[in-house]
Amino acid sequence: MKKFKLILCFLCFSYVSTAQKTLPKIDLKTLDNTIINTSEFDNDGKPIVISFWATWCKPCVKELSTIAEDYEDWQDETGVKIIAVSIDDARNMSKVKPKVNAELWDYEVYCDPNGDLKRALGISSVPHTFLLNSQKEIVWQHTGYKDGDEIELYEEIKKLVK
Amino acid sequence: MKKYSILLGLIILGFDAKAQDASSGSLQGDFNLNAQTYTEDASINAAKVDEFLLLNSYSNLRYDNGNLTVGLRYESYLNALQDFNSEYQGNGIPYRFAQYDINGLNITVGNFYEQFGNGIIFRSYEEKSLGIDNVMDGVRLKYNPTKGLYIKGFVGTQRLYFEQGPGIVRGIDAELNINEAFKSLSNSKTNILLGSGFISRFQEDNNPLYNLPENVGAYALRTTINRGKISFNTEYGYKFNDPIGGSTYNNYAPGNALMANLSFSQRGLGIIVEAHRVDNMDFRSNRGAVGDQLTLSYIPAITKQHVYTLAALYPFSTQPNGEFGFLTEINYNLKKKSLLGGKYGTQLVFNYSRVNGLNGGNSVLTTEESHTPMFISVKDEELYFRDFNFEIKKKVNKKVKVNASYLDMIYNIDVVQGKSYGKNIHSRIGILEVNYKLKPKHSIRTEVQYLSIDKAKEYEQDAGDWALGLIEYTFAPHWFIAVLDQYNNGYTDKDEVVHEAIHYINLSCGYSSGTNRFELGYGKKREGIFCVGGVCKNVPSSNGFTLSVTSSF
Repeated sequence: MKKFKLILCFLCFSYVSTAQKTLPKIDLKTLDNTIINTSEFDNDGKPIVISFWATWCKPCVKELSTIAEDYEDWQDETGVKIIAVSIDDARNMSKVKPKVNAELWDYEVYCDPNGDLKRALGISSVPHTFLLNSQKEIVWQHTGYKDGDEIELYEEIKKLVK
Repeated sequence: MKKYSILLGLIILGFDAKAQDASSGSLQGDFNLNAQTYTEDASINAAKVDEFLLLNSYSNLRYDNGNLTVGLRYESYLNALQDFNSEYQGNGIPYRFAQYDINGLNITVGNFYEQFGNGIIFRSYEEKSLGIDNVMDGVRLKYNPTKGLYIKGFVGTQRLYFEQGPGIVRGIDAELNINEAFKSLSNSKTNILLGSGFISRFQEDNNPLYNLPENVGAYALRTTINRGKISFNTEYGYKFNDPIGGSTYNNYAPGNALMANLSFSQRGLGIIVEAHRVDNMDFRSNRGAVGDQLTLSYIPAITKQHVYTLAALYPFSTQPNGEFGFLTEINYNLKKKSLLGGKYGTQLVFNYSRVNGLNGGNSVLTTEESHTPMFISVKDEELYFRDFNFEIKKKVNKKVKVNASYLDMIYNIDVVQGKSYGKNIHSRIGILEVNYKLKPKHSIRTEVQYLSIDKAKEYEQDAGDWALGLIEYTFAPHWFIAVLDQYNNGYTDKDEVVHEAIHYINLSCGYSSGTNRFELGYGKKREGIFCVGGVCKNVPSSNGFTLSVTSSF
């Protein structure tokens, strides 16, 4: 306990400050089970959408499938990249790659099997979607999915590329 | 008090952080609240709750600044919701940590969640909705000494509600990515990963009669091989003898588990074949602990995780003492504008899984220590679970999407739920879901489900047939309203008690804006098993209002 107090006090008295919220640096798994760090996420200064989902989450799959229908147009118009992070654990992780292929999704897909990134971003339920600007700062986020929510997301993406 | 000063410290930090406008540093957090009122209701066997209102709530705060991260979680159970263990009581900060990264060495002091490989010998995780949180408290190091080699190690104790378990757990894990480690292989079409973990638990031997091992080890070996469209993943785990510390009997048999999955996938097609064999692999940080307490090994159910309510009425969960199971699933997408695919394409999912007991009984339940069950045996073994199901997903036109499923399931309620019916339950389930888009942001979703119990003599009929209807209206981006009715046709149970036909009607509505979400519900809840990610809990029946609030920043 003392250690924490020391660290916290040290921080309180030091010159701490904040800008926009950025993406925490966390190791994820690729679909080939190799390790990738979130700091490697990149889209050449164009917007990035990070969508948390799971194979067993119906609204998640609905959201990603709906966006998939317009993804080509979105890319042409705004250059946006969508990264789908699956929170499936050991039970369903092996089903992620076949699912992505069967759904015909052209997203970058990673796995967060023990919820490290999910916890770091304060996600209590999926789907949960984040929008990152050119500086990879989180500028917008949304929980849940209802038909039509993708319209609002796209409006937000367009604001970033004006 | 110490705990509160930390919270205060972090809050001050937050305000301080907001006031400035220079570079680095960010504070994030989330909040979650679930409350429910309980009304006594004899018709559904809902018991009286003295408090009338129960509440679970928690909030995470996390501060990142360059290479440093500190965080904590404040939890309140006032008192815990009925479906949670009553050991969760009062307020506390059971989770707090500091993490620092120095030239590639990652140090964590305090609480951490960790998993080795697939979790066969070790997984420390949380599933808030099930009341599971076996987070470690101690120190952890992660290091990446050369390209492609990842090493992590820790020493800690495990959380048990608001206390810590008695065992000290030590672990080390190494993973080697061959293609990253050896330059000559970096362009190889075949990718190979090798990994191995070792866990050791120390717990004092206070047993007056038996000589129990104070240090119990477990190891695991794993590999993942990818080549083009094919992926293969396998892991083998072994646990040295770990008697439960009984006063009259102890079995010193070791345990082991083997899992493997092979998948083939290309655009429009995915095929998976999986199998696992588990024998005496219940490993915990307190010998003899039961239920979801202090688990170290994590072996999820190999069966499909169903999402529709009635399909999940009889959910299977792994029997870590011993089982053999396999699953196969095929996902296929009929192309757009093809004869069968129609204008928008059609998705088909076929799934089959089967789990049975080990031949001659698992190692831990026989009195003979030298007994080793046969490696694979399917025929004539006690069936635990069998599930065949088929799903079609189709977009009919711009406004209508349809999902239809059919399931045929056999469930061994005696093994899974510890009942003594002596017969399995055989159910057939049909589900139809229709989504109708009224306007771009308005839509209606309906579900109709029917579960039919096989009335043949060789099967147990349990609560008989069920029907379910759901209508949900959503108005993006803020509102939804839903009505759900689950209907049971009435039945006579084992003790000749007649249960009248009953409607479990639920009304719910929700409002969300950004990351704030409010949901209010009212109605009767059916008693049953509720599962997330392969782990389940029993939920008692209840009648009342529910309120849920979540937020994050």
